[in-house]
Amino acid sequence: MTLPDYRTQSPEVAARFARIRERPVIMEVRELTKCFGSNTPLNRISLDVRRREFLCVLGASGCGKSTLIRILAGLETPTSGEILLDGVPVSGPGPDRGMVFQGYTLFPWLTVKKNVMFGLRMSGKTQFDSESEAREWISMVGLSKFENSYPHELSGGMKQRVAIARALANRPRILLMDEPFGALDAQTRAQMQAYLLDIWKNVDVTILFITHDLDEAVYLSDKILVLGTNPSRVAEIIENPVPRPRTREQFVSPEFLATYNRISELIHPRSSTPVERLPISRLTMVGDDVE
Amino acid sequence: MKSSRWLVPFAKVSSRSGAIFGIASFVIPVLVWCIVSYVPFVWHPLMLVEEPGGVPYFKTGALVEKTVFAAENQKMQAAGQSLATGTPANPVFLPAPHEVALSLYKGFTTPPRRKGDPWLHESLWHSIQIIFWGFLWSSLIGVPLGILCGVFDVFSKLTEPVVDFTRYMPAPAFGALAVAILGIYDAPKIAIIFIGTFFQQVLVIANTTRKLDTSLIEAAQTLGARRPQLLFRVVLPGVSVDLFNDMRILLGWAWTYLIVAEYIGASSGITYFINQQAKYRIYDNVFAAIILIGIIGFTTDRILAWLGGQFFPWQKTSKPGLLSRLFKPRQLA
Repeated sequence: MTLPDYRTQSPEVAARFARIRERPVIMEVRELTKCFGSNTPLNRISLDVRRREFLCVLGASGCGKSTLIRILAGLETPTSGEILLDGVPVSGPGPDRGMVFQGYTLFPWLTVKKNVMFGLRMSGKTQFDSESEAREWISMVGLSKFENSYPHELSGGMKQRVAIARALANRPRILLMDEPFGALDAQTRAQMQAYLLDIWKNVDVTILFITHDLDEAVYLSDKILVLGTNPSRVAEIIENPVPRPRTREQFVSPEFLATYNRISELIHPRSSTPVERLPISRLTMVGDDVE
Repeated sequence: MKSSRWLVPFAKVSSRSGAIFGIASFVIPVLVWCIVSYVPFVWHPLMLVEEPGGVPYFKTGALVEKTVFAAENQKMQAAGQSLATGTPANPVFLPAPHEVALSLYKGFTTPPRRKGDPWLHESLWHSIQIIFWGFLWSSLIGVPLGILCGVFDVFSKLTEPVVDFTRYMPAPAFGALAVAILGIYDAPKIAIIFIGTFFQQVLVIANTTRKLDTSLIEAAQTLGARRPQLLFRVVLPGVSVDLFNDMRILLGWAWTYLIVAEYIGASSGITYFINQQAKYRIYDNVFAAIILIGIIGFTTDRILAWLGGQFFPWQKTSKPGLLSRLFKPRQLA
């Protein structure tokens, strides 16, 4: 099968990107560089995220994805460069940039409801207001039955749903997600991806999503920022040609595969990785029944 | 075979076997004690004289070495005098279980031998007060300081080296100094408990605080928590369970300094009681007092463990406790 070029967009997709380009920029990153001694995990990274855009940042492990999102969240400081949120430079963590971590970071001593209320209470809302707001967010992620449960009583997927509700309850300008489904099993992960698209459709939120899973990136995103290693830089920002609404059937559509192949090439350039065969020799007698 | 699975490394025994083993861990030493006490040929190195016979220096009820007893009886036999009779016995410092059990009971019912001496329960109560005040003072300063050291590196760098240095000094070494400064009564004793507990406490609590999962702090920051809120809404609840368990261990630590502390200045409390009884050679009471300390310590710890489950219903191991249900009614879904 010959695949189309990943840059070919159907009229609907092209129109959607045209609309996105007209929206205001929520987060602008300019020449962000981070050095640890002689190591430069991030070298002059620039990107913008527009309102209600879903941007996936993809890269091989060790390319500085996590460092990037931690800097964007204000948990680490960049060596140089700046981050503008709605045109205003930000430093340090704040509730305007919500974050969902890869590990489970629900407060174990608080119930689901109290966890979701945490940010609302920090912002000075009354107990009563934050409680009713928290309930709405909990029901949005379908966990109303568990609002009085403690985190240890929940499954991994449920915990991440609470974490999403907790981050969204603060109404952040942008939701930063650091491989949030990385610790989940394949089936739960697929379900969570679908949930996330649903949530994103119903909530006015811009998402910057870090992942190393190519399928996940193509399935979720509007744009995919591929980080290259050695030297670390933005390899390419790809406009995802797969039309919305997304379904899992699209995983085998020509646009999907073309995009997938392109990302794959960027992350593992063919020339630099000759397939290295392990020097396997027969150490045991092998029967003929194994192919 | 089921029993072969007990010796699989790191494998857990079933909760039923666990309970049985738990009881056995008490029963086995008591059983050994019973055997040594009640089965004559196991140890019994002495003879309890019943009839002195012709031996001039034997008295009824005296304890004599078996060899001496035999030698004297041989002499008597040679001289044609009446023989001494007796039964094998253990030394006076090893009373039988029933004797200790009896004096445990009698300790609370019979008045002290000498007028003015404290009753067993008075001695114990005095000791408990010493522990309480020593531990309270230590915790009042040590817990906040430990948490500060754990949270702020500057506090840690400023205090931990000297605390680390001081904790190697044995608390009793400060005894003479404590008496000189604080007099001979309870104050120096409380001071020794304080010194013995405090320095360990600061380090242990600081370490526990440092072990808090930093991603919880980061999550709170991205949710808009500011510094004081981080400390009171995240760090304190986050370390509370481990802190509580540390305090249980440290309380045990405080108890180990009790006897030494009570030797300082005017001997008092359970130490005075034990020493008096040992002087009178009433070793049943000595055992009773020592066992009582164990019982009190063990019971306190069990109660605290139970309370821990009540206070911290979010722990994986605990079910929602009675107290938390009373104070925070949970709607069940």
